[in-house]
Amino acid sequence: MIKQETSQNGGKETSPLSTRPEGPRLPVFGAGKELGIFILLVVLCIFVSVMSDGSFLRASNLQNTSRVIGIYGIFSIGLGIVIITGGIDLSVGSLFALLGVLLSLMLTVWHLPWPVAILATLGCGGLIGLFHGFLITRVNLQPFIVTLCGLLAYRGLARTITNDNTVGFGTAGGFEQLQVLATGSVLGIPTPFVLMVVVAVIMGIVLHKSVYGRYLYAVGRNEEAARYSGVNTKRVIAGAYVISAVLAAVSAILLGFYTNSISPSSQGQSYELYGIAAAVLGGCSLRGGEGSIAGILIGTVLIQVLHNMVNLVRINGNNIPTSSEAIVVGAVILAGVGIDELLRRRKTSRVK
Amino acid sequence: MADSSPDRTGTPLLEMRGISKRFAGVQALQGVSLSVWPGEVVALIGENGAGKSTLMKILGGVHAPDEGEIKVNGSPVVIQSVNDSTRAGVSFIHQELNVLDNIDVAGNVFLGREPTIGGPLRLLNRAKMLVETQPYLDRLGLNVSGRTPLNQLSLAHQQMVEIAKSLSLQSRLIIMDEPTSSLTLTETERLIQVVKELREQGVSVIYISHRLGEVREMSDRVVGLRDGRNAGGLAKEEITHDRMVSLMVGRDLEKFQAPLSTAPKPMRFQVTGLRTRRYPDREVSFEIGAGEILGMAGLVGAGRSEAAQAIFGVDPSLGGTVTLDGKTITVRSPRDAIQQGIYLAPEDRRRSGLIVDMTIRDNITMPVLNRYAPGGLISRSRETAAAQAASKSLRVKTPTVDFLARNLSGGNQQKVVLAKWLSLEPKLMIFDEPTRGIDVGAKAEIYELMRGLAQQGVAVLMISSDMEEVLGQSDRVAVMHEGRISGFLPRSEATEEKVMQLAVGHVAENINNEKKQ
Repeated sequence: MIKQETSQNGGKETSPLSTRPEGPRLPVFGAGKELGIFILLVVLCIFVSVMSDGSFLRASNLQNTSRVIGIYGIFSIGLGIVIITGGIDLSVGSLFALLGVLLSLMLTVWHLPWPVAILATLGCGGLIGLFHGFLITRVNLQPFIVTLCGLLAYRGLARTITNDNTVGFGTAGGFEQLQVLATGSVLGIPTPFVLMVVVAVIMGIVLHKSVYGRYLYAVGRNEEAARYSGVNTKRVIAGAYVISAVLAAVSAILLGFYTNSISPSSQGQSYELYGIAAAVLGGCSLRGGEGSIAGILIGTVLIQVLHNMVNLVRINGNNIPTSSEAIVVGAVILAGVGIDELLRRRKTSRVK
Repeated sequence: MADSSPDRTGTPLLEMRGISKRFAGVQALQGVSLSVWPGEVVALIGENGAGKSTLMKILGGVHAPDEGEIKVNGSPVVIQSVNDSTRAGVSFIHQELNVLDNIDVAGNVFLGREPTIGGPLRLLNRAKMLVETQPYLDRLGLNVSGRTPLNQLSLAHQQMVEIAKSLSLQSRLIIMDEPTSSLTLTETERLIQVVKELREQGVSVIYISHRLGEVREMSDRVVGLRDGRNAGGLAKEEITHDRMVSLMVGRDLEKFQAPLSTAPKPMRFQVTGLRTRRYPDREVSFEIGAGEILGMAGLVGAGRSEAAQAIFGVDPSLGGTVTLDGKTITVRSPRDAIQQGIYLAPEDRRRSGLIVDMTIRDNITMPVLNRYAPGGLISRSRETAAAQAASKSLRVKTPTVDFLARNLSGGNQQKVVLAKWLSLEPKLMIFDEPTRGIDVGAKAEIYELMRGLAQQGVAVLMISSDMEEVLGQSDRVAVMHEGRISGFLPRSEATEEKVMQLAVGHVAENINNEKKQ
């Protein structure tokens, strides 16, 4: 098609500008790349509402699903930001166990005022994220290894602290307000979902409008060139791990009150994988430098609707066995990412 | 030494005839011929980019020639892969060694053709490997066991293991590409000895080296390449330092001659005793005046880019003082350098200069994004306006700054790199190979920009391997050789011969009095 360098004519400035190739542009706040998956989500929602005889659209189902979406969405945004830098955070699920246990300790054993407990939980998350960032940017360890060790160690720590016993919030007083806040609703919309929207708006502005956000994409695309441009790449990358761990702490609090009892060996187990899946479905590339908040959210919602589908949809009067849920989720993610790759390959071959 | 010179009356072992090769619009080789007789050591010399490596890669099966024929022992061969080349009796010792340092000597010698004791599991026959490796090690005088892991050997010994592997493959011709570039003086002497012994045993060697002293000591014949063509040859008795240098250089240098500026130049930038990780015990010192273009010449690996990267803070220096406008400054990261007004247009634009998958605008505004982001949020319109202005003043050929940098030609990519810096009032601007891979038209524009910067009083450091560029654009030329500056030449005195003499380490400095190491 159109192409080829203008250099053929010896670099004369008179060459017509129209000979420039039509280049793809960087996605702006979720234009383009997320459209495909959004359509898939809409189709899936219609399918589930029809096939579940309306039970999908029942208020109680929508409320519960959106509560879970809120919990997943918040930490998935953090994970997505780490993925945009070209890294990974596998420690999230184990943080749910560790921070959940700590929160329970602070509220029911040490009887700390609940705002203090909340701040301490978020602070612990931040410190853990800082620790990850330090190991990755200063000691030069690979993100996969650092956070894999976190995945193992934090859950182990949670089990050790509790002697492997399930802890909860029981009936001890002093934090009823918090309980109501975390498990309640605002104008009929569950708090976690509302919080997710708030986090998404803030992080959307940070990622898509701020200098820091631009630098996140830059280090994900080409860390070396970003450094040559004067970007403090170590700080940018470490910041992403702090964001991820703090948002994981927010989700950990919400999940703790949602489950109301925390079994350290299973609380939040493999949630990080669903977060990664949501980010990838939503257009993040594990190679870094790609992705948007809108995409991550759509990915999160899609996975939860799939989950919901397995519970609600009846085929010929039969339920889909719950045990097959993982098959469905795995297959859909693979199909989604595969189709995306095919579409992209077609697009680039047309440009050439 | 009056060695018995090889018999050149019979059929040559290798005959390459009329070899041509083009890479993406660049004629790397044009009708090059090369013959090697059995038991002959032929040195292949030429400047950077003269085509030595390309010619050898064709012989080694890495590239296929566009034209020309290759004969081994008089019969034509087709070499399309490394295996073809091995089968023809050719082996290649690369500058970066091709050994696996996690396995032992015998394992490396037999890599890819390990003897087995048979059976479905194809278990390795370790005993056979060890026994068969030994004679080759003995032949090279290499006093190590076949069981020694490679990572316990010095670089020189690892190289010997590669030669042992070549011998075990029954190679009759061994190509050595800059084999001594990372060896110590004693190791170099040992290698020269080995090459001489190989010759006695009837093995031929093609030896590529910039170190003319060792070339003179061991070669039976010298073949020169220049700009991808044969530049002539020297018989054993003709091999002198000066004749080799004039074989490598000598072409039309009239193009792109910038006017000589004669105005006095107050000192603007100075570096004293700079040490880099590549050459930790050598020091680099130079100064650049306001409005002066200091060209920095030297062979690949002389330590020029390392010096530039140390000044820019990419790979912080191990020592030395940097003074800018009379003030001593400390640079620990590119960020520090940028804050001081020191900018670098790096050698590898696509890897370090640009984020090619981001837009032209994003690239241009990257270093000072804060300027367009009042309160931390980027103002798209201010950012775009600034990027457009910079892109326009540098005449980047693109309809809009929204295009990805990937889609631009090399010259336009370089202009984007410069657009990033030039609006920031540079004090010292470093260009590392500013026009590598850039076509003629854009080249002239880059030179014009460089000259324009100098006229504004900027100190310009231009590292270049392009002799024409060095001689045509610099106000003064500094030449580096193995980690130190071997000399300065004012533009009026700089000739290609003089620069080349300094680049190969000066006439007087051959291996015998290079006592440093």
